Amino acid sequence: MAFDIGLAILVLGVAAWTIAARDTFAAVIGFVAYGLLLALVWVRLAAPDVALTEAALGSGLTGGLLLGASTRLARTQGSAAIDKPSAIIRRAAAVLCTLVSAGLGAIVLLLPEPAPTLAPQAAANLAATGLGNPVTAVLMAYRAIDTLLETVVLLLALVGIWSLAPDQLWGGLPGRRYPVDRDGVLTFVAQLLVPVGILVGIYIFWVGSIAPGGEFQGATILAAMWIFATMARLADSPAVSRRWLRLVLVVGPAVFFAIGLAGFAIAGGFLAYPEAHAKLLILTIEVPVTLSIAATLALLVGGPPERALR
Amino acid sequence: MSLALDVLTILSVSTGAFFFLAGTVGLLRFPDAFSRLHALTKADNLGLGLVVLGLLFQAGGLLAALKLVGAWLLALLAGATITQLIARTARTDRSTM
Amino acid sequence: MLRSSERRAAVADFLLAAAGFVLAMVALGLIRILWGPGDADRIMAAQLLGTGGIAALLLLARAMSMPAAVDVALILALLAAFISVAFVKGADRSEMDRA
Repeated sequence: MAFDIGLAILVLGVAAWTIAARDTFAAVIGFVAYGLLLALVWVRLAAPDVALTEAALGSGLTGGLLLGASTRLARTQGSAAIDKPSAIIRRAAAVLCTLVSAGLGAIVLLLPEPAPTLAPQAAANLAATGLGNPVTAVLMAYRAIDTLLETVVLLLALVGIWSLAPDQLWGGLPGRRYPVDRDGVLTFVAQLLVPVGILVGIYIFWVGSIAPGGEFQGATILAAMWIFATMARLADSPAVSRRWLRLVLVVGPAVFFAIGLAGFAIAGGFLAYPEAHAKLLILTIEVPVTLSIAATLALLVGGPPERALR
Repeated sequence: MSLALDVLTILSVSTGAFFFLAGTVGLLRFPDAFSRLHALTKADNLGLGLVVLGLLFQAGGLLAALKLVGAWLLALLAGATITQLIARTARTDRSTM
Repeated sequence: MLRSSERRAAVADFLLAAAGFVLAMVALGLIRILWGPGDADRIMAAQLLGTGGIAALLLLARAMSMPAAVDVALILALLAAFISVAFVKGADRSEMDRA
């Protein structure tokens, strides 16, 4: 109990510091710290799947995304400071945030006992899906359409980011070329860490069918390892106009959608699975989706093309 | 037998926690970024290693033990090398000069 | 002599307390680090949270009998390394842009 109170105070403290931080770089660091602590909170709330996603996606990858934005904005930070919103707007925002937080807190505290939940039904029907992890069953069987639409939304976000490139750079290479590490320290750690990271990513994806894990968490680790490799100059980003890259991006949602359509023929509904082959179908969807999402996330953090295609 | 294991766990984890304390004291008291980095990396990673050792005595099976040691080795590898990079940044960063 | 189940509960309580202690150390360290000054100090926050967070998670995994928390610790190790390098690269670039 004392542990949880201490953790909650720490999380609130880091959040307050992040909001009060003067420059964007410090705020991004605060945000990443906040995310990592939030993963601890999720573990305490007995939600390891959410903790995995928070640590990987909510804190790590989003932190990388925000960091890229912050470094791009660094040059304009001086002039942007003059455009700060007025005190009235800032106070109104503070009041609004407080009201929303209080409302959410009231809702959670006023929940009836026992709280309404579908968890028993989700667990009861688990055997039909062939999976051992109810969270994966929700993502890939009960609410598979949400997951399908998520993958499409990620692709749309990527196209939106690519559209920010100036005309002459369209279809070029995303992100700048990182300088070569003089002492080889970064190269050394990347050569050791990236293969291990890829293994861990594949493991987290694979174990998702019976234990906390799954394709989004695994894909995020793979994306982070790829970006790590580009930062260490072990690899370079492919041009966004490359056909094979676009194929990799699209194969996940395409297979997902195709199996969904096939559900009409073999099981009587969109994204319905016949009970005997449910696990096989889910696996057939998961592998390309993991690949696509890894590529999409890596390219999202890479940003719009900044170097022209030669 | 398991009583001995529990005692070993408590001893190792306590020593590990003490090293975390030492690292934090160093963080709070050392005058400049480089010595703070030193305290952070050395003490905290040693503390983590002792905590992992203590938990190994409680581990249920080879895979669990390997994962524990693997987590420590990853932290060690990352910490040792990234400390170098942070120190390089600190050297070129004007505000810490 | 304690019964085996009572001893197990006692060890679990101890591990939870140890996790709380490590978290308190991380909190103290964060206060110092986030105060700065300078980017290098702040980047250390990722390292501190990485090591301390992994320790806390491994202890919690045992104390709460939740083996999945060890997987969270593995992810934390990888992502802390990734984000630290990203911060260093970002700080170097900002320094070059500001110079």
